[in-house]
Amino acid sequence: MSSPPATAHARTAAASARELLGVGALTNASLTTWLHGLPGVDHVGADARAAGLGTRSIKTTSKAWAIDMAISMIDLTTLEGADTEGKVRSLCAKAMTPDPGDPATPRVAAVCVYNDMVAVAVDALKGSHIHVAAVTTAFPSGRATMAVKLTDTRDALRAGANEIDMVIDRGAFLSGRYLQVFNEIAAIKDACTRDAPDGAPAHLKVILETGELVTYDNVRRASWLAMLAGANFIKTSTGKVSPASTAPVAMIMLEAVRDWRDLTGTQIGVKAAGGIRTTKDAMKYLVMVNEIAGDDWIDPAWFRFGASGLLNDLLLQRQKLASGHYSGADYVTID
Amino acid sequence: MAKFEYAPAPESRAVVNIRPSYGLFIGGEFVESTGDSTFKTISPSSEEVLAEITEAGEADIDLAVRAARRAFDGPWGRLSGAERGKYLFRIARILQERAREFAVLETLDNGKPIKESRDVDIPLAAAHFFYHAGWADKLEHAGLSGGSGQPPRPIGVVGQVIPWNFPLLMLSWKIAPALAAGNTVVLKPSKTTPLTALLFAEVCQQADLPAGVVNIITGTGRTGAHLIRHPGVDKIAFTGSTEVGKDIARSIAGTRKRATLELGGKAANIVFDDAAIDQAVEGIVNGIFFNQGHVCCAGSRLLVQENVADDVIMRLKRRLQTLRLGDPMDKNTDVGAINSAAQLARIREMTSVGEAEGATRWSAPCALPERGFWFAPTIFTGVSQAHRIAQEEIFGPVLSVLTFRTPQEAVAKANNTPYGLSAGIWTEKGSRILWMADQLRAGVVWANTFNRFDPTSPFGGYKESGYGREGGRHGLEGYVTTGATR
Repeated sequence: MSSPPATAHARTAAASARELLGVGALTNASLTTWLHGLPGVDHVGADARAAGLGTRSIKTTSKAWAIDMAISMIDLTTLEGADTEGKVRSLCAKAMTPDPGDPATPRVAAVCVYNDMVAVAVDALKGSHIHVAAVTTAFPSGRATMAVKLTDTRDALRAGANEIDMVIDRGAFLSGRYLQVFNEIAAIKDACTRDAPDGAPAHLKVILETGELVTYDNVRRASWLAMLAGANFIKTSTGKVSPASTAPVAMIMLEAVRDWRDLTGTQIGVKAAGGIRTTKDAMKYLVMVNEIAGDDWIDPAWFRFGASGLLNDLLLQRQKLASGHYSGADYVTID
Repeated sequence: MAKFEYAPAPESRAVVNIRPSYGLFIGGEFVESTGDSTFKTISPSSEEVLAEITEAGEADIDLAVRAARRAFDGPWGRLSGAERGKYLFRIARILQERAREFAVLETLDNGKPIKESRDVDIPLAAAHFFYHAGWADKLEHAGLSGGSGQPPRPIGVVGQVIPWNFPLLMLSWKIAPALAAGNTVVLKPSKTTPLTALLFAEVCQQADLPAGVVNIITGTGRTGAHLIRHPGVDKIAFTGSTEVGKDIARSIAGTRKRATLELGGKAANIVFDDAAIDQAVEGIVNGIFFNQGHVCCAGSRLLVQENVADDVIMRLKRRLQTLRLGDPMDKNTDVGAINSAAQLARIREMTSVGEAEGATRWSAPCALPERGFWFAPTIFTGVSQAHRIAQEEIFGPVLSVLTFRTPQEAVAKANNTPYGLSAGIWTEKGSRILWMADQLRAGVVWANTFNRFDPTSPFGGYKESGYGREGGRHGLEGYVTTGATR
């Protein structure tokens, strides 16, 4: 296993990590001690709390407000082997005009594509202020050398991606090689900072793939490790592994960003991706954001939904609230 | 101003039909009292008068006990266990079918949030009937004979007096095992919460339960005292305060009557430094602010290890600021109304005592409605064992926080109370849970959870929290005899 190059940000990340951990050298042992010293998560209690928040009843004016907020938080996503330029362009059109029948409908936050489609999306979204997010680092498995992951990321940045969704090496995490995971995140973060063509650093979202981490203790540790290494966002899933985002997992990540800000003063975002398909699901997540992380995270800059089908259900519910009756699938555009 | 406000989401009360006045349920029918004393039951969240309720007098109680005796000597006493079980199954199903009606009525009469009556009280009440329905034909195999070799037999007529904190649920804890074992009952609900018991009387009619097997008499504490002293009652089952429980024990001393008593508590919820802290905070909230703290097994004393106390209290305060206090009929309400003016006065008195004793008071910042009885979730820090708020049951949304340094000290403090109903332990260390559970003098010990109830699990106290158990096989013991029944 080769260590990634110790670039500028990587050195800075290591320095601030050393300071936070109070250690002279950032070693796998010091990271292990720190991560395993975090309070545990009781599985039964966490599930019960998330389920309890899921019983909140969001109606009338608050529902209308929350639907618009949820739309503006979407990373509209297509990550298929069958993606084409045409498919990506039509997704971008949808991102800019989610509901042609109602120009007051908010736009989504970003369009999320594979790295070879970034240029197409950048072109299609020109002037819209909608971000382009690229999945990189050998998404979704992350099974590639660091050189490949960096090239993958730099390609996306050069093509104009504003946001990078990287995956962590779950194998390394599960076998306890936390320093390796740390270094990889820090190296990608460094690329995001230095290799963005117009000088505006790309936002780094770190995908934990919680469906492969399995335990809630792992979710908490991976969240803290990613934040320590410089993530701007921590993201639940690739959408390619089942289960993808679940309410308790997102809740634990929201607790992590809340506690991280208490500790360091730095605010980190959360992206829940995969498996969120209905307005009802989105309402439950927003309630969690509201009651776990708090007001400051109710903002597309700090919370995102990674989704494709969710948008249309939100639009249908939006139309229903406005008109008083359900329209149907033919009254929203398929992409 | 919060960004994300929740619009009102009120449950409809159209589902319930509250009559202007209610009689007594004796011998399978609603009857007028022989006297003319009545009182009003109000909704504690609005002080709206809901209905006029009969105060049963001694003559009414006598009629009810005789009706129960006739049923015991007659049709009910001759039924097989399997047949009794069918009635209990039927009642359980009707409770489920009419769950929304019961939940709304409970919330109106008691003041508890609709989400609790809907998700806890009513489903658990139905579960108790289902569970005991299954026991009715298996009593001979439940190990209840106590070595006598005799099959267990019902005791006879049971007088039951229940409190206002979980009206229908406490009714089900009382009636389900009594009927499963073949007894008949005269039950008196609390003065402030009689409505769901009266609706339950309708369920008994709907289930074609033989007349007199269940009799519901409403009234005040005096009514309850008459019922307990009535010579035709063979057994008393009481849930309520330790003070009244002691009166009952005195009043039946020297009689043939037996009793099970579920009394007060001052439970310790013990949080160790290695606990899953976010879930422990939820457990503390659930332990003392669930049902406005009107829970005999409430975790009203938080014992937190000193090295994490500041962090736990910070997290607890932050969490309490997200609790939503207000209209109990709103589906998003977490904390409802205090049940009565008298209880509110008691809570206020005890909190002033806490302040006078030198403990530090903190209340969640929330606007209290103008009408009705309300008390904001409150915690006291800097509490010591010598304080009254660490010793006496407050029965409200008030938490006393104490610290400890070692597991031995936690046990000593937890046990240093006249009560012994429940306790909670929060630690990720399994061996410590087992050791603590062994040391704690409490009838229920929860590990990494709190206020979880299940009909299969016996519930009851040590010391002045009472005697006898309810639920599980143990709960049946209080309703059978292997000797002579009279």
